[in-house]
Amino acid sequence: MPFSLLKYGLNNDYPFERDADLPAPSELKSSYDVVIIGGGGHGVATAYYLAKYHGITNVAVLEKGYLGGGNTARNTAVIRSNYLTSEGVKFYSESVNMFKELSNEFDFNIMYSERGQLTLAHTDATVRAFRQRAEVNKHFGGRTELIGPQEIKELVPTLNMNPAHMPVLAGLWHMDGATARHDAVAWGYAKGATQRGVELHQLTEVTDVIVENGKVTGVKTNRGTVQCGCAIQAVAGHSSLMAAKAGFRMPITTYPLQAMVTQPVKPFLDPLVSSSALHCYVQQTGRGEIVFGGGSDPYPLYNTRSTMELKESLLAHAIEMFPFMANLRLMRQWAGITDMTSDYSPIMGLSPVENYYLDAGWGTWGFKATPICGKTMAELVASGGKVPDLIAPFAMDRFDVFRQVNEMGATAASH
Amino acid sequence: MKIMPCPLNGPRNISEFVHGGEVRDMPNPTTCTDREWAEYVFYSDNQAGIVTEWWLHAASGYWFIAERHTVTDEIIRTYDPSEIFNQRVEFSDETTAKEVGA
Ligand SMILES: Cc1cc2nc3c(=O)[nH]c(=O)nc-3n(C[C@H](O)[C@H](O)[C@H](O)COP(=O)(O)OP(=O)(O)OC[C@H]3O[C@@H](n4cnc5c(N)ncnc54)[C@H](O)[C@@H]3O)c2cc1C
Repeated sequence: MPFSLLKYGLNNDYPFERDADLPAPSELKSSYDVVIIGGGGHGVATAYYLAKYHGITNVAVLEKGYLGGGNTARNTAVIRSNYLTSEGVKFYSESVNMFKELSNEFDFNIMYSERGQLTLAHTDATVRAFRQRAEVNKHFGGRTELIGPQEIKELVPTLNMNPAHMPVLAGLWHMDGATARHDAVAWGYAKGATQRGVELHQLTEVTDVIVENGKVTGVKTNRGTVQCGCAIQAVAGHSSLMAAKAGFRMPITTYPLQAMVTQPVKPFLDPLVSSSALHCYVQQTGRGEIVFGGGSDPYPLYNTRSTMELKESLLAHAIEMFPFMANLRLMRQWAGITDMTSDYSPIMGLSPVENYYLDAGWGTWGFKATPICGKTMAELVASGGKVPDLIAPFAMDRFDVFRQVNEMGATAASH
Repeated sequence: MKIMPCPLNGPRNISEFVHGGEVRDMPNPTTCTDREWAEYVFYSDNQAGIVTEWWLHAASGYWFIAERHTVTDEIIRTYDPSEIFNQRVEFSDETTAKEVGA
């Protein structure tokens, strides 16, 4: 061990304040230009871009637990842009492009790893849908192809080509598919935002939203009331509850989503693999563990318990895809509570309350959108409510005019 | 295994049931505005606490109502819909023929 490291560790003042990634907790001020409710990836990304691109730094991010402890720390970190609608693909492609640069931008390694994502088709109808998704993706600059069984075998030699008696007919091979360390994304944004003057207040729960004459003027917290020029809610699974405090309803239902991970094994699986019919996706982490995920729980709940039923069905499907995994042991299981919309697209933009902005409806797919979401929400706030073109299709009132952005087929199996 | 006490079939594994959404008043589709219909179809209270919901026992095709706590995952009470709906809801026929939208 180098002598300097030993000296550093034994120093009385260790750890040094100057080395800390985040500043020490401070008192809440009585007022901020912008209050961001929810310190997940989305909340801190918005704060970061407000400070970086718009010079708005009188900002408080209020988080009831700890930084990134919500769905940001619970997701399976699939990053991709191979959606179905042009609105969706444009938006997510931009996010994937931003992700590629994040480690450099933060000077903080988010362990971005571009492995490619392979989705399996077991029916002719799915093959047709994949063909369309490949074309839409290519049109907007993504890299996606339809590949046949031979190429699939070469990419993933351990894959059972006839899982659950459903032969693999083709695959949607998305070369931009990637993964990253989700906590590092939240920390990178939080670090960059606080260095620029934004305040992050953990253990600070917003208990009420103060609305006067149809306009937000402040929020009440467990640490007192703060005034604000505008507020953004980015609370994922708690979206409907926060909206209720501000006095309106949302087209959202909250469901748990469960995931789990095995003991580590030798590297055998490079791409992220999912099956459209088995509702299961499998990926190997950099540490060798295998992460599984699947569909949401069958009924709404605000609870992060795990269930045996879901484990059993998900594992049965995973073992169909990779039979040798039957010998592995599960190490951990967990769940997050997700804010599902009926069209599987987010809700971003204006709300019925003036100066109160929405970043919600991220369900099971919002991690990959963290950078672009933060950037566009910051633009929205900085312009005083002028909705950026990229997110205009995701306005909440699309439901009032029956203009949904349907991404169900492109989301259900792989998030 | 999570058990759902079905008013018709007794206690059964919850995997035999399908969640049908919050019990709420349906506006008259022939006379309500698009906004009211959207409100009914898409928007919801999505409460953390006790909710009253429709559930279906898939095997027997039986719809009933359950009161359930969405934080503790407890099923508090289940009952036949006739406890709430004691008469048939009719929407007048005259308006149904009307063209909706263009
Ligand atoms: C198991 C699982 C797997 C997933 N897999 C993927 C995936 O592979 N790819 C993908 O793109 N997405 C995935 N997702 C979805 C993704 O995790 C979320 O959409 C995304 O993390 C949302 O980020 P966020 O910052 O909006 O929410 P969160 O990280 O949940 O942050 C919201 C924060 O708000 C805080 N909060 C709530 N109420 C209050 C209050 N009253 N006052 C103050 N703070 C409050 C919470 O404590 C929380 O920290 C997955 C989700 C889960 C659960």
